[in-house]
Amino acid sequence: MNEPSIAVLGLRKRFGSMLALDGVSFTVRPGEVTGFVGPNGAGKSTTMRVILGLDTADEGSALICGRRYRDLPRPLCHVGALLDAGALQPGRSGRNHLLWLAHSQGLRARRVDEVIDQLGLGSAARRPAGGYSLGMRQRLGIAAALLGDPPVLVLDEPFNGMDPEGIVWMRGFLRSLAAQGRAVLVSSHLMSELQDTADHLVVIGRGRLVADTTVAELIAGVSGGQVTVRTSAQRQAMSVLAGAGAAVAAVASDTLTVSGLDSERIVAVLSGNGLPFAEVSARRATLEEAYMELTREAVEYQAR
Amino acid sequence: MTRPYQSTVPAGRAGFAQLLHAEWTKFRTDRGWMIGLAAVAVATVLMSLLSAAGQQRQCQGGCPSTPVGPAGEPVTDAFYFVHQPLAGSGGITVRVTSMTGLIPSVADVVGRPLASVGRDGEPLRDAQPALQPWAKAGIIVAASTELGSPYAAVMVTGGHGVRMQYDYTHDTAGAAGPISPASPRWLRLTRAGDTLTGSESADGVDWREIDTVRLAGLPATVEAGLFVTSPEFAEVNRRLPFVTFSSDRPTQATGVFQDVVLQGAWPGAGWSGDDLGVPNEGYPAIGGGFHQAGAVLTVSGSGDIAPAVGVDGVGRTIDDSLAGVFAGLIVAIVLGALFITAEYRRGLIRTTLAVSPRRGRVLAAKAIVVGSATFVAGLAGAALSVVLGEQVLRANHNFIYPSSALAELGVIVGTAGLLAVAAVAALAVGAMLRHGAGAITAVFVAIVLPFYLVLPALPDDVGRWLMRVTPAAGFSIQQVLPEYPQVNGPYTPASGYYPLPAWAGFAVLCAYGAIALGLAVLLLRRRDA
Repeated sequence: MNEPSIAVLGLRKRFGSMLALDGVSFTVRPGEVTGFVGPNGAGKSTTMRVILGLDTADEGSALICGRRYRDLPRPLCHVGALLDAGALQPGRSGRNHLLWLAHSQGLRARRVDEVIDQLGLGSAARRPAGGYSLGMRQRLGIAAALLGDPPVLVLDEPFNGMDPEGIVWMRGFLRSLAAQGRAVLVSSHLMSELQDTADHLVVIGRGRLVADTTVAELIAGVSGGQVTVRTSAQRQAMSVLAGAGAAVAAVASDTLTVSGLDSERIVAVLSGNGLPFAEVSARRATLEEAYMELTREAVEYQAR
Repeated sequence: MTRPYQSTVPAGRAGFAQLLHAEWTKFRTDRGWMIGLAAVAVATVLMSLLSAAGQQRQCQGGCPSTPVGPAGEPVTDAFYFVHQPLAGSGGITVRVTSMTGLIPSVADVVGRPLASVGRDGEPLRDAQPALQPWAKAGIIVAASTELGSPYAAVMVTGGHGVRMQYDYTHDTAGAAGPISPASPRWLRLTRAGDTLTGSESADGVDWREIDTVRLAGLPATVEAGLFVTSPEFAEVNRRLPFVTFSSDRPTQATGVFQDVVLQGAWPGAGWSGDDLGVPNEGYPAIGGGFHQAGAVLTVSGSGDIAPAVGVDGVGRTIDDSLAGVFAGLIVAIVLGALFITAEYRRGLIRTTLAVSPRRGRVLAAKAIVVGSATFVAGLAGAALSVVLGEQVLRANHNFIYPSSALAELGVIVGTAGLLAVAAVAALAVGAMLRHGAGAITAVFVAIVLPFYLVLPALPDDVGRWLMRVTPAAGFSIQQVLPEYPQVNGPYTPASGYYPLPAWAGFAVLCAYGAIALGLAVLLLRRRDA
């Protein structure tokens, strides 16, 4: 068994009266994209800052390949991080931003041009960063994270401000990084961004771990055996299904949601009573719904 | 399980040298920093030249030259001289039985040529009797009656006992205590070749040598005799909380000499009296005179024989060509503070600290980069200010105090150091406060305010104390004028005199900078980024 790329163990941190992290533990494995999800203010960024040695936890530890971040001799070659794409000096060009980062790690300027090409920054890299769109800044941030060609990446909300095309590109890019064997930790407050991207999900709410699971398990867990039935004989269908022991709800004039009976049994009941039906489908929850379900309790500032 | 990714970048180091390189790259690649750096030099030069251009000396019929002593320093050379030539070796012995002094009233002085006031015993209306502590009456041997010529003298003074002085800057104490007819003092000054010996006695029998000095190149025949002089009286009025008026008023002293005994060859035809150096450029002195009654010679005189002190009246120093340093200093403080607070404002500090988790080193690298860059800019600004400023001052007929190239270099390098340390201190305070405007204000108040704003309004003692203990002590590096205990001068920082030597004042500033940097490192390590 390989050592986890990132091991977070029992992080606790208090900001004044607010408990920002309340015993967060999880691991990030090589070759996987690990989604780190939770509503705004759930503690994602704080956890990432602790991983990167920027904030000190009151309790617990965060290790990168078994070492504390501050003990890494050349941090950028172990962990690439994107915390805040807007953290740029507006007068400095993107290329020069990468250049000082490269110098700090004893990397050559050639490496800067490599990541500029890799992220498709092109000629924009020589313009002052103050004029970049948010999407451009995200790309520059990813370029900075890749500068040391690290086996571990920590990216805080990299989809923020990206257009749909950019989001699609970013998903593919993250998958390709994981496919190379890198461990990728990506945070987002929108689960949908991580659909089809993350292999593993760490869900956090109010500083507590809500779920640490795979995407498939998460969806299965929430779908909870609901079946959608489309039928022109809505009233009769409701009565026979209820009679068979199911809980039935009408969601549209020709649609029912049935729980308590599986699809096979529903088809049998409807056919047995001679009722027409156009569709009987086990309903698959979207990742987003699964996430909403999970974090309902944990959402800190719930809409009233 | 996927095999972990292996980084393909070539091996390298992320040590302090790389960190320094990174911070320099940051500094170099942001146009804002480079403009700020240039502004340090440009602001210094422009403000210096502006100030120099404003220092116009205007005199009717051309400005008289300031007398310069044998060592090239500007001197005050105004006294009443009762003299005759002395050929070769010889000496004078005399008994001084009385010394009194007067401060003429304003009515005595206003509207009349100073040289005619008090001339030849003319009575001064409403004069206030007061003997200046550094009023002098005694024997003098001078190379000639030219102003600034080499001399040696023994004298009684108003408040500092018997002294032997020579060539303006040298002063040796004899017996202390005042003189009176009941307690006179015998003085003797003898010449043998280039050697002059001054002696004193309380009874004319027991003699004590005060000092023996060499005046190289003294001519065979010198002018020797009795002299009396009395220095200016500085009247200070504090009328408004922040404004101080001071006026320098001339004074006059009168000495009574008895039983003059001459040794050696005196080829002249007896005593003649001359008011030397009255009126003296920039130095308030009135006329004098003498009369002889039997063995009693009464001599009155005004002025001083001493190094010129008090920049305003007499000349300009390198200080005056560096008046723009305060402008450069403000820019340097802004530059130093923003070099870190801008990173806080943009959130870039997190990138910086993630890249280099050893935070103390980060601050050290930043300090070295911003300090060295400011030092170089300060060096350029100060050097240009001195070179161009002196030209402007000269063009405005100002007398420039001569100073050695080494001393000028010291002031230029010291000024650059002052700017660099101020920038580093601002960086440290910026790291502590994480807020640009706050840091700039704090450092400005600590360094610049005591010197430029508060100091002139405070009593001298408080001002001098501030210049010792506050970071403003760093301004001592601009000190080029020595203080002379034998001259009661305006030794205030505003006139270019600092209570600490240049290196000590700079050390005080550096200590503050080091403390600030230490605290900043402590806080940076402890706090979340």
